Amino acid sequence: MAEGNERCALTEAVYYILLALHTPMHGYGIMQFVKEMSSSRVNLGPGTLYGAINTMLVKGWIKALEGESDSRKKEYEITIEGRSIVQDEVKRLEELLYNGKKIAGRD
Amino acid sequence: MKTVIWKVFFNFEKEEKWLNDMAAKGLSFIDYTFGRYLFEEGTPGEYIYRLELLNEMPSHAESKAYIKFMEESGIECVSTYLRWAFFRKKAADGPFDLYSDYDSRIKHYKRVIAWTAVGLALNLFAALLNVFIGLRLGSSGRSSFNLYFSTISWAVTIILIPMLISYIRKIFIMKKEKNIYE
Repeated sequence: MAEGNERCALTEAVYYILLALHTPMHGYGIMQFVKEMSSSRVNLGPGTLYGAINTMLVKGWIKALEGESDSRKKEYEITIEGRSIVQDEVKRLEELLYNGKKIAGRD
Repeated sequence: MKTVIWKVFFNFEKEEKWLNDMAAKGLSFIDYTFGRYLFEEGTPGEYIYRLELLNEMPSHAESKAYIKFMEESGIECVSTYLRWAFFRKKAADGPFDLYSDYDSRIKHYKRVIAWTAVGLALNLFAALLNVFIGLRLGSSGRSSFNLYFSTISWAVTIILIPMLISYIRKIFIMKKEKNIYE
């Protein structure tokens, strides 16, 4: 699906991780935040989270914050590019939601 | 009190289930070396165990970074063996699965399949070699244990092939699900 630079839907994990990282957080913090935000519906697997973090670091959507010492947990933060990715996704989701409500009803 | 149980698993899913069954009974797994499982007595159901085949050996920087990440997330790496890592988390902290999406789960199964296939190939080679040597020695009148040895390899082959098929089938099902669900 993701051919070339054509934009496609973010996975739920990536979307929620990006939201979480609007505040600097470490891995465990992200898991807790996403769990709370989704009322325990989304339980990020640590393996999945780790993979997503690494992919997004490479893409430049998030960055690792330099810790003062090695013992400190590594924290991550969203980048400007990451923010614009989220904003595009919110627009896409709004369209989905609008059309869903219009056709399938439920208000 | 510590308990040692000797056991051989080919299928990591069965191994993981067994470790969780033991944990439910109050025997918490703490170490593994070549068929030797070490348990210590604990509270029944205290831990949930998950097994993962790492991308690299545990001593590799990539694996070390991953294990550190896990430990920062409240997950303990109890033991490693070859590329396998044995993780556990307190059951009180809620459900524990390593992966929450199809993609990473599929990737993990692919890794397991690749290594199982390597094992199967080596094993088949050993089986055929032993049959060949056994027959050669047999025809020259000398007694040989090679034919008997080869039965072990054939038995392993018979275990590994259905296991591989079951993993491949799982990937197939996950890919189908992925067409509809995330």
